[in-house]
Amino acid sequence: MIRVRPPLPSPFYPPPLSPPLVPQSSPSFLSPSLWRPQPTPASGRRQSAEGCPASSALQRRWRRRRRLRVFCQGQQAGPLGGPPALRGAAPWGSMAMNYNAKDEVDGGPPCAPGGTAKNRRPDNTAFKQQRLPAWQPILTAGTVLPTFFIIGLIFIPIGIGIFVTSNNIREIEIDYTGTDPSSPCNKCLSPNVTPCICTINFTLEQSFEGNVFMYYGLSNFYQNHRRYVKSRDDSQLNGDASALLNPSKECEPYRRNEDKPIAPCGAIANSMFNDTLELFLVGNESHPTPIPLKKKGIAWWTDKNVKFRNPPGGESLEERFKDTTKPVNWVKPVYMLDSEPDNNGFINEDFIVWMRTAALPTFRKLYRLIERKSDLHPTLPAGRYYLNITYNYPVHSFDGRKRMILSTISWMGGKNPFLGIAYITIGSISFLLGVVLLVINHKYRNSSNTADITI
Amino acid sequence: MWRWVRQQLGFDPPHQSDTRTIYIANRFPQNGLYTPQKFIDNRIISSKYTVWNFVPKNLFEQFRRVANFYFLIIFLVQLMIDTPTSPITSGLPLFFVITVTAIKQGYEDWLRHNSDNEVNGAPVYVVRSGGLVKTRSKNIRVGDIVRIAKDEIFPADLVLLSSDRLDGSCHVTTASLDGETNLKTHVAVPETAVLQTVASLDTLVAVIECQQPEADLYRFMGRMIITQQMEEIVRPLGPESLLLRGARLKNTKEIFGVAIYTGMETKMALNYKSKSQKRSAVEKSMNTFLIIYLIILISEAIISTILKYTWQAEEKWDEPWYNQKTEHQRNSSKILRFISDFLAFLVLYNFIIPISLYVTVEMQKFLGSFFIGWDLDLYHEESDQKAQVNTSDLNEELGQVEYVFTDKTGTLTENEMQFRECSINGIKYQEINGRLVSEGPTPDSSDGNLSYLNSLSHLNNLSHLTTSSSFRTSPENETELIKEHDLFFKAVSLCHTVQISNVQTDGIGDGPWQSNLAPSQLEYYASSPDEKALVEAAARIGIVFIGNSEETMEVKTLGKLERYKLLHILEFDSDRRRMSVIVQAPSGEKFLFAKGAESSILPNCVGGEIEKTRIHVDEFALKGLRTLCMAYKQLTSKEYEEIDRRLFEARTALQQREEKLADVFQFIEKNLILLGATAVEDRLQDRVRETIEGLRMAGIKVWVLTGDKHETAVSVSLSCGHFHRTMNILELINQKSDSQCAEQLRQLARRIKEDHVIQHGLVVDGTSLSLALREHEKLFMEVCRNCSAVLCCRMAPLQKAKVIRLIKISPEKPITLAVGDGANDVSMIQEAHVGIGIMGKEGRQAARNSDYAIARFKFLSKLLFVHGHFYYIRIATLVQYFFYKNVCFITPQFLYQFYCLFSQQTLYDSVYLTLYNICFTSLPILIYSLLEQHIDPHVLQSKPTLYRDISKNRQLSIKTFLYWTILGFSHAFIFFFGSYFLIGKDISLLGNGQLLKPNHQMMFGNWTFGTLVFTVMVITVTVKMALETHFWTWINHLVTWGSIIFYFVFSLFYGGILWPFLGSQNMYFVFIQLLSSGSAWFAIILMVVTCLLLDIVKKVFERQLHPTNTEKAQLIKANSSIKCLDSMCCFSEGETACASVGRMLERVVGRCSPTHVSRCW
Repeated sequence: MIRVRPPLPSPFYPPPLSPPLVPQSSPSFLSPSLWRPQPTPASGRRQSAEGCPASSALQRRWRRRRRLRVFCQGQQAGPLGGPPALRGAAPWGSMAMNYNAKDEVDGGPPCAPGGTAKNRRPDNTAFKQQRLPAWQPILTAGTVLPTFFIIGLIFIPIGIGIFVTSNNIREIEIDYTGTDPSSPCNKCLSPNVTPCICTINFTLEQSFEGNVFMYYGLSNFYQNHRRYVKSRDDSQLNGDASALLNPSKECEPYRRNEDKPIAPCGAIANSMFNDTLELFLVGNESHPTPIPLKKKGIAWWTDKNVKFRNPPGGESLEERFKDTTKPVNWVKPVYMLDSEPDNNGFINEDFIVWMRTAALPTFRKLYRLIERKSDLHPTLPAGRYYLNITYNYPVHSFDGRKRMILSTISWMGGKNPFLGIAYITIGSISFLLGVVLLVINHKYRNSSNTADITI
Repeated sequence: MWRWVRQQLGFDPPHQSDTRTIYIANRFPQNGLYTPQKFIDNRIISSKYTVWNFVPKNLFEQFRRVANFYFLIIFLVQLMIDTPTSPITSGLPLFFVITVTAIKQGYEDWLRHNSDNEVNGAPVYVVRSGGLVKTRSKNIRVGDIVRIAKDEIFPADLVLLSSDRLDGSCHVTTASLDGETNLKTHVAVPETAVLQTVASLDTLVAVIECQQPEADLYRFMGRMIITQQMEEIVRPLGPESLLLRGARLKNTKEIFGVAIYTGMETKMALNYKSKSQKRSAVEKSMNTFLIIYLIILISEAIISTILKYTWQAEEKWDEPWYNQKTEHQRNSSKILRFISDFLAFLVLYNFIIPISLYVTVEMQKFLGSFFIGWDLDLYHEESDQKAQVNTSDLNEELGQVEYVFTDKTGTLTENEMQFRECSINGIKYQEINGRLVSEGPTPDSSDGNLSYLNSLSHLNNLSHLTTSSSFRTSPENETELIKEHDLFFKAVSLCHTVQISNVQTDGIGDGPWQSNLAPSQLEYYASSPDEKALVEAAARIGIVFIGNSEETMEVKTLGKLERYKLLHILEFDSDRRRMSVIVQAPSGEKFLFAKGAESSILPNCVGGEIEKTRIHVDEFALKGLRTLCMAYKQLTSKEYEEIDRRLFEARTALQQREEKLADVFQFIEKNLILLGATAVEDRLQDRVRETIEGLRMAGIKVWVLTGDKHETAVSVSLSCGHFHRTMNILELINQKSDSQCAEQLRQLARRIKEDHVIQHGLVVDGTSLSLALREHEKLFMEVCRNCSAVLCCRMAPLQKAKVIRLIKISPEKPITLAVGDGANDVSMIQEAHVGIGIMGKEGRQAARNSDYAIARFKFLSKLLFVHGHFYYIRIATLVQYFFYKNVCFITPQFLYQFYCLFSQQTLYDSVYLTLYNICFTSLPILIYSLLEQHIDPHVLQSKPTLYRDISKNRQLSIKTFLYWTILGFSHAFIFFFGSYFLIGKDISLLGNGQLLKPNHQMMFGNWTFGTLVFTVMVITVTVKMALETHFWTWINHLVTWGSIIFYFVFSLFYGGILWPFLGSQNMYFVFIQLLSSGSAWFAIILMVVTCLLLDIVKKVFERQLHPTNTEKAQLIKANSSIKCLDSMCCFSEGETACASVGRMLERVVGRCSPTHVSRCW
């Protein structure tokens, strides 16, 4: 249902103004009565008042002038039969070195004296008069006070919540770089031992409930180095056939090897993490139980299904990658990363995870999922475990560290006490400031409320 | 000088001679020895470009701007070397800016081309080969005889040959040239004036010799050599026979003229020189800030480069096994690598100086200036004038004015002269209802007094001439008195250059005037309003000037017509300060009537009541009236002959004509007999006193600079509130010598020191001022600075400008503003930082040369206190905010280098880099800078003291600049390290949990990290703008929240698609993944709140502990404002297309009831 609002007698819309009458006897030089009553050429309209040097304004003015000229043409019956005065009239006025409407000032009389009086009165609209209705907030102690208290009251509980949640997260981190001579992996530092397998024992004091996530962590590894970050070819990884055989120049010096294009090309792919981690629970028995590690579901869904694609054609994956060669550092070609076809080639999830370059030189990447089997048993019960590492990845040359992390998660993420602490801190500060302001506001109320203006 | 400049600019070839010789109708001498001079054609070229040179020339001009050039360099660096960001990031905005400007300039040039074509193609009639030929304006050559019909505009500078009148005169109006609306008479040489037909013109053989073109509209010297019956007649040519291009023919059916200056050499074209650019104080401090930021930029780049090479010293960081260099990179030269690394860092950080700053500032100034023109409070109903903005560059300078220099006549006063009193032969009279009433004691007896009244009353009642004669009581006395009055008023009605507009004469023609024409039907036109007032007064008294034609002036005295032959006019000039006419009375006697300032007339008088008149003049001046003295002398025929001869000689002189003329004038105008003096009142404009009061309260020093005499100026100053009664008025006048002046100055300085309790006012006159300025500038400035009001009288136009220059360059470098209405104020208007023209009666020259033109002096208070204040606050915040937001933007990028081995890895995606300044954060600040009103305008206007809060560029002081910069840096640190600790620390994954799929976890990389920083930044920076905003209209709501929403929508869209044309898909789904993580939201909220908390606390504490006057004044209106939600939904109809949405909203919310709306305005 449409209701038509009655026209409001707003002070904003005054009744249409009658054109200001110019008294005939007025001595003002603007008075039309000074001029002979003949119709006279067009450009008599004073346009000087609109002096804004503007293209839009110019355009408007231009149009208006044209219109006016047409309007006056009817009245201008060339008295001499000579050149119509209006042809000369308007253009001369506009002649200027710098085209500028203010130069169009023309003392000519108005088009029709006593007729439509020229009116340059600006429109009385809220916008043009800068009177748009507006909310005018002012930050005073009084108005801000509640906000401070509210922030304090909201942030502190949130912070406590986050902090507690974060503390409930179980996390264990095991460094297996092997720089310490006592470490079982110390032997693997020498490049001669291949393959090198080492085992690290550890104990979980508390059981890990729910899904447990297994990460590998690297330190001092600059995945965010510019040369490294851009050393990839997203179209090749997206399965583009031409990019497969002719990778982007950004991949240099990992673009071609022995006259064959590298697939996947680039430094990132070339340096893919290739340690193998296996987890065993050393139960009470002598036979340790291997913990089932799930390798799918660790990459972004969109990466796996949209951004990364194996090249088209061919029956087998190997055929699709023909005419390409493996990255220099890889042992196996890309189509042999995994036995499962939906986790092989470019869509191998370990590979996809690696390809998402880390923001900082110390980072962890998701390696495996340990899914909860039943509600009754914890996913990783407390006890002794050992980690079986196939040690391939060299980090010693750049003082890097390698770690394995097991962690549970909560509703708001992984273990991060800082967020909770930050919330509590900010909330407390805000609350404190609120109190201070309250005191100040109370103390200075008299002085600030008086609107005396001192010179 | 001008020619030299023009030659340098290549406009015209150097002239061989100082004069040009023009053969009328191009009839060159037949002997063939003569090589005609070459003149340019009549084509007017106002356009800058042609189709061919548009692109190179426009590009060249645009890149001459330092900023554009800087961005071009950055762009070229990006193209040349391997830089972290693609050239698109800086190329696209640059391209956009350049293109928009080019389109705008191209369009304007197209308009110019069109108008040029229209002008050049306009039909004109030229006399050629014995007939009238219609041709185009551009085809007029120098020497062509052109026919102009009534109301047409002259197509070139013409020398008048003949008109349809017998005397060869015509009337023109030069309103489009100098704004003078009066009719000016131009006359032809008598020998050519008779050639009124095409056929007779064809027989004319004549040569014009004249000076080369020059820009001065009022100067022209030349002579015409007419060959008639084998003898040569030489006639002088002056400005009175020159018809300027752009002027319009009036009251005359047609004229013939010969073109002497054409096209770009016409005086009109020469006068359109571009004005020198004025720069505002804000712009200057902006440039300082830019330099500071440039230094920051370069030092950041240097630090990064150095650190990069320190890191790279070890090979394990420079080239680890997983990240090998290419052969090419390894082999490139070290120095080259170093330079390219430095440039790459420069490119990486270059966004700290945003290209959009310039665009936004220009848009703000340009769009913002409309509000001045739109302001109804600046609209003058009577004259239908609204404020006019000639340059938008100085809007904010209006808020910085410290000195106001104002003209008096026409600026403080109406310039609407009313005859009030006169002193005739030592007796003072007042005009009351068209009668003269003597005032004060008169030397005559009381019956004599009565007889004046009677005599004057009969003078007034012209129709009752017979009855009035019956009242005569003492005929002898009567005739004596009448004779004096008669002479006085005849002098008044003859000695002038007033024109008559014949209201209804066109049918009748310009023939003799009908005697029954009543005086009220006459309309006088005069370039000087004083003259008009005087002639009108004389007409009221009974001596009616009814026209001048064919060198005669007709005066109707007591109903009977008298014709005076006008022999010479000795024109007014400001050096002589007087004018004279020489007329021949019907009786054959020759008179000289002189009129002028008392200082220029009285010394030349030998007879008449000089002393009494001098006293009367001073009395008039004390009342604030403008005085003029009238004098006459009778010339014997022998005297006249000499005068005539000397005048002719001087007028025909080709060299030093002005000096010679001045000499002759001085010779003629002496030994006068004083007739009396007139006093004309110039009414004060409305609300002048309040305005000056307000200016003073705002801490602005007001100086009145006037050409008037001392007493008049002082009394007007008193009446307009410039001087108080309580003020101690110091005088520095009539100083004759240097030492005397210095002594006086020292004395004044001492007096000021002695009592600094009361306010001082200083009166200086022109001569003393020039003395004071010559040697004792410092002392004089010292005195002036301690005076709250200064009045300078008897000032020449150039002196006005000189005073302003002196103040401008004084150590404090104050911002000056000059207000004036006449051509004599132009130099001062152009000299001052801000020039305001009053659109008054003395033409438009001031308004045209000004930066802002207003109709009345009182509008100054709104212009300064409201508009100036707003614009200053707006632009100051705009500039500061811009630097702030780019510090926020770039510093995380810098900090990130510490974590990526200074490898120039960008933190943000390049699309974000490009769009940050263009899309995500540009609109709120632009809208803010257009609409912000931190206080109610009424409060601002009623409390001028608030103006002091922004004086001395306070909002852009180093302190506030540092505050904003430090704020920017601290916010940047919070963004970066907040993200780093909350999300990035030790783990490259952020909240393993997702809101949608708990128990799922995601790996986040560097792009996510950057996006998080960027998101926090966009929100913080936008909300920071919101905190600065005190005036929330629906537009502000729209752009502020709209910007944030737009960022989110855009990011979702941008990240949601694999863009086929982009090389890398870094951002694919990054934003969506980020937002689907719960802890990211917590982090964003925390960081935004933390950043703003700092700022709010600072604001609140400052307001609480040290509130400025502005902040106190804000509280006054605070309670009457409307609520936040209302401001979003209630806006006036018809404003935008959003109105319908608003109505819908309003129905839904039910809030915007009429009462709400009415409360809004």
